Amino acid sequence: MTESTAAESSIGTVRVKRGLAEMLKGGVIMDVVNAEQAKVAEDAGAVAVMALERVPADIRADGGVARMSDPAMIEGIQAAVTIPVMAKARIGHFVEAQILEALGVDYIDESEVLTPADETHHIDKFAFTVPFVCGATNLGEALRRISEGACMIRSKGEAGTGNVVEAVRHLRNILGDIRKITQADQAELFEWAKQLRAPLPLVQEIAETGKLQVPLFCAGGLATPADAALAMQLGAEAVFVGSGIFKSDDPAPRAKAIVEATTNYNDAQILAKVSRGLGAPMTGIGMDEINVAFADRGW
Amino acid sequence: MIGVLALQGGFAAHATAIRACGVETIEVRTPDQLERVDALVMPGGESTTMWKLLGFQELERPLRARLDAGMPVFGTCAGMILLSASISDGRPDQSSFAALDIDVRRNGYGRQVDSFESDLVVEGLDASYRAVFIRAPVIERLGDAVEVLASVDDHPVLVRQGVRLAASFHPELTDDVRLHQWWLDEIDGVIS
Repeated sequence: MTESTAAESSIGTVRVKRGLAEMLKGGVIMDVVNAEQAKVAEDAGAVAVMALERVPADIRADGGVARMSDPAMIEGIQAAVTIPVMAKARIGHFVEAQILEALGVDYIDESEVLTPADETHHIDKFAFTVPFVCGATNLGEALRRISEGACMIRSKGEAGTGNVVEAVRHLRNILGDIRKITQADQAELFEWAKQLRAPLPLVQEIAETGKLQVPLFCAGGLATPADAALAMQLGAEAVFVGSGIFKSDDPAPRAKAIVEATTNYNDAQILAKVSRGLGAPMTGIGMDEINVAFADRGW
Repeated sequence: MIGVLALQGGFAAHATAIRACGVETIEVRTPDQLERVDALVMPGGESTTMWKLLGFQELERPLRARLDAGMPVFGTCAGMILLSASISDGRPDQSSFAALDIDVRRNGYGRQVDSFESDLVVEGLDASYRAVFIRAPVIERLGDAVEVLASVDDHPVLVRQGVRLAASFHPELTDDVRLHQWWLDEIDGVIS
């Protein structure tokens, strides 16, 4: 018999932090505002839940300052489900992040959906044991977040709209630039790094591997099984669905259908089957009707 | 043909590791695809979610039949949980295949902030092996037929029962494919 001991072990390494994102691939992460919704999400096959006080559609409608959720509410959700629980901190609000880490949340979303606390700096995510996910609208933003320690990137989309157009734009921005970088020569990589305002070594790494350093998920405006499959076919590795589930007419079957669509994203027969008879999706709003673009937050 | 159960989780990384060993692999999401494979990798991910998806995809019954018929399998983390005889701290509606005579506790090491990596000494490998544990399960009971290949702090973390190999950690998260290679060598004579 052979033994290893805790002395040789380390917690909070980049591999351990990115590793949980690897385990969420192919899954659906659902926004929930209470324990009851968290159970509906888990029953539907969600791979994780995002605990927050108001879904983005309500944050958008209510206006005012949106902050980290009440710890009691997050703990209620942690007690209700066995899947990973994520929670949001404001951009740059490292104390909210410290509190979320102390609560034992499994992932922190430094999120543009909440009102930013710092208009220059994001959180130093290397300072934490808990892993972070951050939003990005383009590759430069994604690489700046990775250079600050983000272990998962989600394309931002426009949360709370039920409109997939921005999610598609941001995914195409990120993945399109990755495809172009793989064709660039060394001199062009210097220019790419300048244009992207991103660290050169990360750009060079992408030129070699052809992919982002961390898992790339899609968020912001997904409302139907077809939306989820669209994100996956475009190259997202998992999806976040926020308002799209619990702002629809009949959340439980829609949640399950979106899970099945994400698993079978390349099978149109199954997509047709699971899309049937789900009732009305959230109404949704056009980009010319919104007064705050959450996606513009982040620097 | 080696299959990788691709409902959710670390399936792509496992497929990469199998290919790095020079062996072909396909993703398994449907009963038809399961029929085409001689052995199966069951990856990490969320075991409760995977159990639900096995039901949604109508895979639970055919997979149970294949396992009962002795199909070689390599389960990691959630995959090991699905292969176990009994699960603690799961969901009430979550079950398992009882293909390995072990009992496991889900998230036995704690939440994500307790996830860790550690050097293992593995029976049959000549140099130490870096193992990544993510919200990992703990093996709480071992049947007589189960052989322990590596342990951390007295807890078995890598076990085998014949052509079935199971790890509570994630061999697919490093570039080290020695465990995949070892399993492929072990089952070489068993599969066509």
